[in-house]
Amino acid sequence: MLAGMTTNVVFGLLRVAVLAAALRAANGEIADYDIAATNTFVWIGQGLLGFVLLWGTNELAERVRSGDVVVDLYRPWHLQSALLAQDAGRAGFAFLTRLAPPMVFGMALFPFQFPATALQWPLFLLSAVLALVVSFAFRFLIDVSAFWLLDNRGLYGFWNITSGVLCGLTVPVAFFPDWARDVLWLTPFPALLQAPIDVFLGHGSAPGILLYQVFWAAAMLGLGHLALQRAVRRVVVQGG
Amino acid sequence: MADLVYARLVGARLRSQLVYRASFTIDFLTQIIAQCTELVVILVLFDRIDALGGFTRDEVVLMYAFAGAAFGVADLFAGQLDNLPTYIRTGSFDVLLMRPLGTLPQIMCTDIRLRRIGRIAGALGAMGYALAHVTVEWTPAKVVLAVLTPVAGAVIFSAVWVVACSVCFWIVEGREFANAVTYGGNSFTSYPINVYSRPLRWLMAFVVPGAFVAYYPSLTLLGKQDPLGFPGWTGWTSPLVAVLAAGVAGLVWRFAVRHYRGTGS
Repeated sequence: MLAGMTTNVVFGLLRVAVLAAALRAANGEIADYDIAATNTFVWIGQGLLGFVLLWGTNELAERVRSGDVVVDLYRPWHLQSALLAQDAGRAGFAFLTRLAPPMVFGMALFPFQFPATALQWPLFLLSAVLALVVSFAFRFLIDVSAFWLLDNRGLYGFWNITSGVLCGLTVPVAFFPDWARDVLWLTPFPALLQAPIDVFLGHGSAPGILLYQVFWAAAMLGLGHLALQRAVRRVVVQGG
Repeated sequence: MADLVYARLVGARLRSQLVYRASFTIDFLTQIIAQCTELVVILVLFDRIDALGGFTRDEVVLMYAFAGAAFGVADLFAGQLDNLPTYIRTGSFDVLLMRPLGTLPQIMCTDIRLRRIGRIAGALGAMGYALAHVTVEWTPAKVVLAVLTPVAGAVIFSAVWVVACSVCFWIVEGREFANAVTYGGNSFTSYPINVYSRPLRWLMAFVVPGAFVAYYPSLTLLGKQDPLGFPGWTGWTSPLVAVLAAGVAGLVWRFAVRHYRGTGS
């Protein structure tokens, strides 16, 4: 746990340094981000990373490969909802151990942009929870792909590698060229990190961002539900 | 005799990975993309700015490419050390100790992941682009430097990997600590080091000798003055730093292994 926090903080420091140097070269502001907003972006991002669990464990996929998933499937529950509940519990703990420490670290040691209105705090929390749901739905879909692929490690690796840039972990989505930024906001990726950060910073309209997240949370969960339903028909239980 | 064993171990590993052609191809391409994500960040930033820490886009890409190639080679040989906590926790490290071969080369050779060559290929591509677009007054010595830099960098990164993972002999779940300097080191060395704050720079550039992976050799190649005031020949010392780092890593590893206690059975 301490090890994870240390790594988060080191990567945060590296990211802050590079982005701050870029801001200096651009006369102090790029796309509505000044130095305080940039610090806030980095430290919230480092915290949310562990809270929404952007890079998960691929555990369900391993169970599909080994056949243990049969046990999960014959229990009298809706597998997707059960796993979502588990993930919510994990995130509750991660809120204290992964999300809060980098944010407090950033607030204490760096110029930090606090929300302009008190209302933004609960909206940020709501947005973070929605980000968690979208993140879970993404991971669930990748896991379920193992029913078809058997070895989904390629897809899983691909997700781990591309998600950081696409969802606004390494560089704010607003820094991208206008066309790329607009294309990204049509995808669910910014819903994972950039959306809660934007709500916190007061960039864009908060209700609009939340609606966008709700849409993708529902769409991705629905897709996962359908995928699991189809996948279950493919399962053959060997032996008994 | 021992040399032959290692050659056979590595050969067997490589053959087994080439059996699944499609899987290998996908992994290989994924690694190229992995290497390119940081490049995307550099390009996005330079779409908004003209210089970072006084360096142009192509100069930063050169540093990023040197760092990437060095890290890729180190990852190929030393990346397996990330599995060390598993060896220690399950007690399979005992098996390595019983064989009449060095523990470190055993870990390094038995799990080489060929797909990591994708990362190196991506970095070499970027290096080719950058070298063609920056202004360098080429001399035979500078050609040697350009070739030696990724090699020396790989040795430095591998040494860092060994030292960082040695922590796992005391703190078994210390892998994430190690990642802060290994993967973090890769991010650090991809940018000019004068953009970092002083404490971070001292730690990652000189305690962990990250500055010698890409930054100083690039300065020497480009014939640029160091904003931090180090003399112009600093870039030539990278191979020396690499040898020193490897020596330190060897000593630390020996010291750490002596502290290992089996988990019993």
